[in-house]
Amino acid sequence: MSRDVQRDVLLKGGRIVDPSQGMDTVGDVLLRGGLVESCGAVVAAPDGADVIDCAGLIVSPGFIDVHVHLREPGREDVETVATGAHAAVAGGFTGLCAMPNTKPVTDNQATVGFVKRRGEDAGYARVYPYGAISVSQKGDTLAEMGEMVAAGAVAFTDDGRPVESAHMMRTALEYARAFNVPVAEHCEDMSLARGGAMNEGVVSARLGLKGIPAEAEEIYVIRDILLARRTGGHIHLCHLSTKGSVELVRWGKERGINVTAEVCSHHISLTEDAVEGYNTNAKMNPPLRTAVDVQALQQGLADGTIDLLVTDHAPHHYDEKEREFADAPNGIVGLETALGVNCTYLLHRGVLSLAQMIDAMSCKPARVFHLPGGSLARGQVGDVTIFDPSRAWTVDASRFKSKGRNTPYGGHALTGQARITLVGGRVVYRATD
Amino acid sequence: MIGPLGKDLLGLAPLSAEQIRLVLDTAVPFREISERQIKKVPTLRGMTIVNLFFEASTRTRISFEFAEKRLSADTVNVAVAGSSVSKGETLVDTARNLEAMKIDMVVIRHPASGAAQFLAERIESNVINAGDGTNEHPTQGLLDLLTLRDRFGDLTGRRICIVGDVLHSRVARSNIWGLTKLGAEVAVCGPRSLLPNAIGEMGVTVFDRVEAAIEWADALNVLRLQLERMEAGYIPSLREYNRVFGITRARLERAPRDLCILHPGPMNRGVEIDSDVADGPHSVILHQVTNGVAVRMAVLYLLAGGKPELAEAAKKGAS
Ligand SMILES: [Zn+2]
Ligand SMILES: [Zn+2]
Repeated sequence: MSRDVQRDVLLKGGRIVDPSQGMDTVGDVLLRGGLVESCGAVVAAPDGADVIDCAGLIVSPGFIDVHVHLREPGREDVETVATGAHAAVAGGFTGLCAMPNTKPVTDNQATVGFVKRRGEDAGYARVYPYGAISVSQKGDTLAEMGEMVAAGAVAFTDDGRPVESAHMMRTALEYARAFNVPVAEHCEDMSLARGGAMNEGVVSARLGLKGIPAEAEEIYVIRDILLARRTGGHIHLCHLSTKGSVELVRWGKERGINVTAEVCSHHISLTEDAVEGYNTNAKMNPPLRTAVDVQALQQGLADGTIDLLVTDHAPHHYDEKEREFADAPNGIVGLETALGVNCTYLLHRGVLSLAQMIDAMSCKPARVFHLPGGSLARGQVGDVTIFDPSRAWTVDASRFKSKGRNTPYGGHALTGQARITLVGGRVVYRATD
Repeated sequence: MIGPLGKDLLGLAPLSAEQIRLVLDTAVPFREISERQIKKVPTLRGMTIVNLFFEASTRTRISFEFAEKRLSADTVNVAVAGSSVSKGETLVDTARNLEAMKIDMVVIRHPASGAAQFLAERIESNVINAGDGTNEHPTQGLLDLLTLRDRFGDLTGRRICIVGDVLHSRVARSNIWGLTKLGAEVAVCGPRSLLPNAIGEMGVTVFDRVEAAIEWADALNVLRLQLERMEAGYIPSLREYNRVFGITRARLERAPRDLCILHPGPMNRGVEIDSDVADGPHSVILHQVTNGVAVRMAVLYLLAGGKPELAEAAKKGAS
């Protein structure tokens, strides 16, 4: 069916939770021509419309994950834009930001355009490319940000590594202002973190693994907040993992500095104890921290200090993780477990309300990154996540749409699952069980 | 076969006090075998053991080889040059290949913490950890325990201080687990830059100054200080290390009691330990080496399913 003769879709009788409109009501959502035609009111199905019964389910603006590694171009054996975007919709995500640490690095308009087109061709989640801050992510030369924005880049980062030079970060923050896009930092002081394989603490001391201290992250958090204050640029802090980072972001926000921050689902649900037994699926960067950090991160989400929930979805080939802990690569897949983890550890434990969770997974990512969606108000894109927060399921990595199987949640019981995902008014995923 | 220690010996952390005592008790008769003219018993005849060393360690390998040969096992030494990160066969491939060759036991030394466990989880053969990264070196820990027990008898309440680079030491970790399980009091002493930050949470006392440690302790286990630590900026110089933390005769003379001095070797004479201490009356360093072979015989024997009475019998039968 071609897009111009797209049929109407009526999402019937679900509980619509849309924090962008302050809405929490049982009603209908009508999608027409890929956009939201009406939201909330009970409407009769137009002639020829597809009617989807949403009774007992949550109807929410589509989730957007602003931190995803897709591995294309360069490591298509590990993940492609298409498999990653497919995994995204299976996890309830209608949009994602693709990190630029590809091979070659996404540091120019051609590669940005390539990633964007690959996303459009796949036809699953919307794929928004990140551009690199510096050429080849080497930290020496500013990449051509203006050209990349024109080609579709929505933000800049050297994620995978920090911008080591404070001067380079200052320049990036200043230069990016013209394009009104965030500059995102992977906070890690390499002189403290190099060679580290897990959180520095009693578990690393016991296991004989080199630790990464919390300060390796926090030093960059405060440095970048101060640079944002100096420049007026928008600094977005990736995957915060420590209590100290939350306190520093709070300090910055209290002073009106243009700082936003994200946290990964694994950092609000797991502690360093998951590393016991040298479990390489619990190895990521930043590492899993302590229960005190987990609690502070949850609190930071609840009070709005931390803006967004992300996955840092980082697929690896199965045999790359099948090795000695210190030599195993960092990262885990997250797109297909994030909603279940967030419901289990945040919603059902009373840390966040349903509206707060949806805000952190949909409305705020759209707002912070100036992306379409994040709202079911009339005229918005028809990107919708329909999920069952009470559905219990067991994680089976072999069923992932992602090529990655590297999850620390394998065999875990989670509660909360995406059922139907719509992008641009079309069903792109429907759970079959 | 699953013996009283389980399938593998990966560390002292997973062992109970009873299992540790069993190894030490079993080692005593095996030590006597080494003192005989014909130092060989048929206990492990027909068994194949691979000594898989991803890191050079002449001492540990030779000690294992003696232990294996005195028990009549067939042994193969495999030295894998370079670090595991260098290109070539991965550890998991090595494991699969060994499995395919139907060997009975693997003794593994590897630069990565957790490597022995990684191997043990993937092969049916018994695995003995001969040192994995900065995690554990259980047979060294056991021989230290045997040496201390020879000297003190029961270790309950005995005060043992580990001196030096605890941060990078697998020997230190095995000592801490083993000594604690046997009821000893454990302390560490060294520059704070070479002690894990969270060491206090591991149930040990920390001494900043070696003089205080000497005053407190019944025995010192002096760790080897690797030259690279200075190059990596953990300490200013070897000379200063000796001046501040070195175990010297002058320092020992001020001790309130006769100290027992252990060192896992190889020593840097004049750095962490002075020659007159290493060769002096307090030193039990050569006794450690003797005990090393006996403890390894005991471990091989117990992993092969043996019971301690059988060790006695094996000894008698062969004599
Ligand atoms: Zn990162
Ligand atoms: Zn990342």
